[in-house]
Parts: sequence; structure tokens; C-alpha cells
Amino acid sequence: MLEIKNLHAQIEDKKILNGIDLQINAGEVHAIMGPNGSGKSTLASVLAGRKDYEVTEGSVEFDGVDLLEMAPEERAREGLFLAFQYPIEIPGVSTTNFLKTAVNEVRKHRGLESLDAVSFLKLMKERMKLVKIDQSLTSRSLNEGFSGGEKKRNEIFQMAMLEPKLAILDETDSGLDIDALRIVADGVNTLKRKDNAVLLITHYQRLLDYIIPDFVHVLYKGRIVKSGGKELALELEEKGYDFIKQEVAEEV
Amino acid sequence: MSLIETIQNKYNEFSAVAGNGLLGNMRAKAFEHYNKLGIPTSKNEEWKYTRITPLTNKNFELHTTAVLPSKEVLNDIRLQAECAAELFFINGVFVKEISSFDKDALVVLSLNEAAESEYKNYVQQHLNQSSKYMKDGLHALNAAFVANGLFVLVKKNKALQKPVFIYHLTDTNNDNVFVQPRTLFVVEENAQVQLIELYKNNGLQESFTNEVIEIVVQQNARFEYYKVQDENENCHHVGTTHVQQVGKCFTHCVTITLNGGTVRNNINMILEAPNNEGHLYGLYIINGKTHVDNHSIVDNIEPNCFSNEFYKGIMDGNSTGVFNGKIFVRQDAQKTNAYQSNKNILMSDTASVNAKPQLEIFADDVKCSHGCTVGQLDEDALFYLRARGLDEKQAKAFLLHAFAADILEQVKPEALHTYLEKKIDERLNVDAL
Repeated sequence: MLEIKNLHAQIEDKKILNGIDLQINAGEVHAIMGPNGSGKSTLASVLAGRKDYEVTEGSVEFDGVDLLEMAPEERAREGLFLAFQYPIEIPGVSTTNFLKTAVNEVRKHRGLESLDAVSFLKLMKERMKLVKIDQSLTSRSLNEGFSGGEKKRNEIFQMAMLEPKLAILDETDSGLDIDALRIVADGVNTLKRKDNAVLLITHYQRLLDYIIPDFVHVLYKGRIVKSGGKELALELEEKGYDFIKQEVAEEV
Repeated sequence: MSLIETIQNKYNEFSAVAGNGLLGNMRAKAFEHYNKLGIPTSKNEEWKYTRITPLTNKNFELHTTAVLPSKEVLNDIRLQAECAAELFFINGVFVKEISSFDKDALVVLSLNEAAESEYKNYVQQHLNQSSKYMKDGLHALNAAFVANGLFVLVKKNKALQKPVFIYHLTDTNNDNVFVQPRTLFVVEENAQVQLIELYKNNGLQESFTNEVIEIVVQQNARFEYYKVQDENENCHHVGTTHVQQVGKCFTHCVTITLNGGTVRNNINMILEAPNNEGHLYGLYIINGKTHVDNHSIVDNIEPNCFSNEFYKGIMDGNSTGVFNGKIFVRQDAQKTNAYQSNKNILMSDTASVNAKPQLEIFADDVKCSHGCTVGQLDEDALFYLRARGLDEKQAKAFLLHAFAADILEQVKPEALHTYLEKKIDERLNVDAL
């Protein structure tokens, strides 16, 4: 589904990604872990199409199509979804109106009919339950005055509405208490199907107790330095990132 | 013939027909004043960013009588909403025959009639009070031709549930027109009213409106005012709205400019009784070569007054905006609270805005603030919306709509609110909101 080859990216003159290779197939859950500053969020931003980053080398294919050539909205319509680490507050834009436009744009792209107000509200109610979001949140301005937990749940709610092929969760666990973490994880697990995939980006192993990954990758200095199964996450939790840094140092 | 020459030619002719009396004296004095001051140039500090002289050198017909437009044209400009009055100015002349109003709550006369009526005192006391603040030739020029203006009085204790509409139609089918509407609007004690002034245009030639409306608000009255400019880019406009709050009362004024040529809106809020409260809001969404200058004066004369001013602008194309907000706090006006804020978004590299807040404070126990921002749309917010599948145009429309919403929600009459929301959506290209 997603094939990243030798991806290099920089912001201004600062090189952040230094040759990433990663393949994600339908039905898989991948986790990318790594110390602060290793390039985790940059990878998420590059995949979603934030224009601050310049890709200097490498390629990314999404279902066989060149992802990097696409505008952010085209990526979204093709089925890529980024749950933001810091969801933006947008005063004056109602969550419901915005989501209705987004859902219908995505549907249009997939050759489906637009949802009318009634079916849209029905879908919304159903998906709100999934992440235990209160109706009052969706009638407010987008993320405005939401608590940290509410913002993260709102991201997963949007994901549930848009039904992406590939969901990238950028540190969705950060700042969540254990109950909110469970709600978010339950939501993601419920949405999991054979024909979609999830890329979890996280600093801590905690989230992976609730969303079990098939593969764990360790990102360090802009490269994937180690890959393995879910047990790699436990090893990291136990030994800390220092052992990775040591291993990398020894290789050199 | 240039407008300047036309004015000189027309004045004597007009003055002879219009007669003497109260208004005649005023006209004579004002014309003298106009001749002395002339049309303001950009050397005048108050007119630094708005150039009027290119207009006055053009050929404009000065109409002092109205030719009635067809029923279809009239119907077309109406909002078709429930109202307490529909009053029409056609090319600057108030036309009573086609106007209608609630006779129980309102008195509606031409200014000529009012000057000879039992309401003469109001005319004597309040007409042209704005000249104390507006010391320029254009303002004087309006007074020099005062006659077929409008006098409205909202009777004591009458709380109107539906708005009063004043429609201004400029008919430019035959020639370029220079028009000068004039209104004195009195809100008596304990009365409540919403006044909507709508400017519309019919025809392809140019128009130049030089308007003055003076509003007197008495003790315990509540006055809401909406000025909506929705003409085409051949329509130029210099207007002064002068609100005199003579007793403790509440006012709420919103100025919305959606299009036009060279536009200058002066609004003066004179808080001359203690405990007065006044709100000024404005929104300008402009494009092309449109120039909009919002010039406000808030004068705090007595203690314990509250005023709040909030203007927002979206400028695209080669349009230019000006915001000039002056707040006076006089020596006796202790415990004044006066706030002012102006926010602008520039959508193109060639659009520009000049903002100038001015505070002149002579009292020592006051709270005043002013702020001004000029910027672009928030890139992070745009990216967030696009990352959900909205294209750039849709994302921008959402953000601009949200930006304008702060002011739009200050438009209380439902029919006008709906009308403006639709207009603004069209302007911002919003299909799906």
C-alpha cells in the first residue's frame, strides 16, 4: 500500500530524514518509535504533504501512485489520513460543516454520491459513539477550547468519518490519560480492517499495549536503524533508547 | 463640464427654487463654507489615503429632483422582509410617494416639511450638528443642497419590532450622477429601532454619493444601525453617519462594504451624556480596484461611558483599505472604557491597508485600548483543512468565512443577516457551507 524508498527530507537547510525505507501492506499495523528529534513527526508531515519540508531524494508510492506529487487534499482523497500531534484550533469553523464538506469531497473522489444532511448526521452520530465524543463538541468551532484529550479524540472521530486506507497517528497518545488512551485505541482497533493499514508514531510503548503492532521500527537520526516485531517495543521500554544509540555508534 | 463647475452652476438655480427659511440659511452658510474649504485633497491629514479630487474633476450630473424608476427596479432592490418602514432615496432625493411607514410609531417628513412643522425644534437643534466634527468642503457641500432630505422620528416609548429600511438607489442609466442624500433621524425617549441603510445601483455609468445622516438618540433609547454597501465598482461614496447620544442610551452600528469604487465611510459616535454605551462594527470584503476608508470618531464627553469598536477587512486583488479610528476622552469623561480593534487579511500581494488608531485622552482615570493586525490566512489552519480533503479554495473560504463571522453575527435583523450571509458566501465562493 505504502512504499517509501530512500526518503531524504529537509527543512530549510537542516537535513532531517536521511534515507528511509519502509513498506506497509494492507491489513498491517506498523509502529515507528524513536527518541525526540529523530524525525518521526517530520516523516508524518512529509507523507501528509506539509510544504515546509523539502524532499531531496527518494520516492513514496501510495497504491502505486507517486504520493509526493500530490497536493495534501489529493492525498486525503486517495485515502491517507494524518491524525495531527497538535490539532489546530480554528475558531468560527463548525466541526459539522467542515466534516460534511470533507466527507463529501472524499466520497466524490471515490465515485460515491454526496451524503445529504440526514444521512450525514446519522453517520456522524454512529461514529461519535466509537470515540465517545459528545454531540456538543461537534456543534462547536473546530477544536476551539477543546482539552488535549478531546482534540485527540476528535482526530480519531474524523478518521472514523473519512475511512482512510492508511491512517498515520502522530503521537496521538501524548498527553492522554489512561481512560482517553483506551478510548482512542478502541476506536482505532474497531476501524481496523483487512484492506486498511495504520502507522503509529509514538515515543512510548504504552499505546502499543492497546493497539498491537505487527511491526515496530526504530527511527534514529532520520533513518530506520532497527525493525522487528512487537517485542522490540518492549525491549525499548526496558532498555531505553540508549541501547539503540550505542548499537548505531558501534556499527559506525 | 467638471463636477466642480456643475456645482457652481447649479447652486443659484437650486437655491432660488428651494426658498429661504431655516434650511435656506443653512444652505447659504454651508455653500460659503464649501467655497472656502474646497474639496479635500490628500494634503489634508484626514484625507491622506483617500483621493477624491480625480472624481470631482470628472463630469457628473447633479440631480435635485428624482425620476422614478420602474416598479421592477424598485422591487429588485428591496429585501422583501417585514419592516416598519420602507423609505426611498432616488438619486439622493427622498421620495415620499413611494415610501411607506408605520404611522403609529413613526413620523416621516421631508426635511423641508419638517423645518416648517411641529418638529421644527429638532431640525433647528440637530440638523448639521455633524459640521462641528466634519470640517471639510464635501460635508459642507451636502448641507449647501439640503432640501429634499428625510426626517424620521421614532416616537417616545415606541419599541419597533421590525426594522426601518432606507433604500438608496443611484440610477446611472443615462448619465454619471452626483447625489447627496440627507437624513435627520430622531429616536425619542424609551424608543427602540433598527435602521438599515442599503445602497444599490442601477445602470452602467458612474455615481458619486455624498451622504450625511445625523441620528439623535435620547434617554433610555436603543438604536441599531446597519449600513450596507453593495453597489458596483463604478459607484463612489462619501458618507457621514453622525450619532449623537444625548441621553443615557445604547447604540450599535455596523458598516458593511461588499463592493464599490472609492468609498469613504465616516462614522461619529458622540457620547454626550453620562453612562452612554455605544458599539461600532465594520466589515469590508473588497477586490479589484475598490478602495474603502473607514474613518471613525468616538467622542467621550461625559463620565462612565463605554464604547467598543471592532472592524475587520479582507482585501484581494488591487484593493486598498484604510482604517482610521480616533477616540477622544474629554477632561470630564472619567471612568471611560473605550476599546478599539482592527484586523485585516490581505489575500494578494497587491492589496494593501493603512491602519491608523488615534487616542486623545484628557482625563486621568480611563481604560482605553487599541490594536491592529494585518496578515495572511494561517498556513497551519489551511494545511489542517486540506489534509482532510478540502481543496485550497474551499479551505480558504472556510477560514475567511470564519474571519467575517465575528462581525456578521453583530447583524441582528434576521432578514439582513440571511441576505448578507448569502452575499458573503458568494463573494468567498462557498458552496458547501
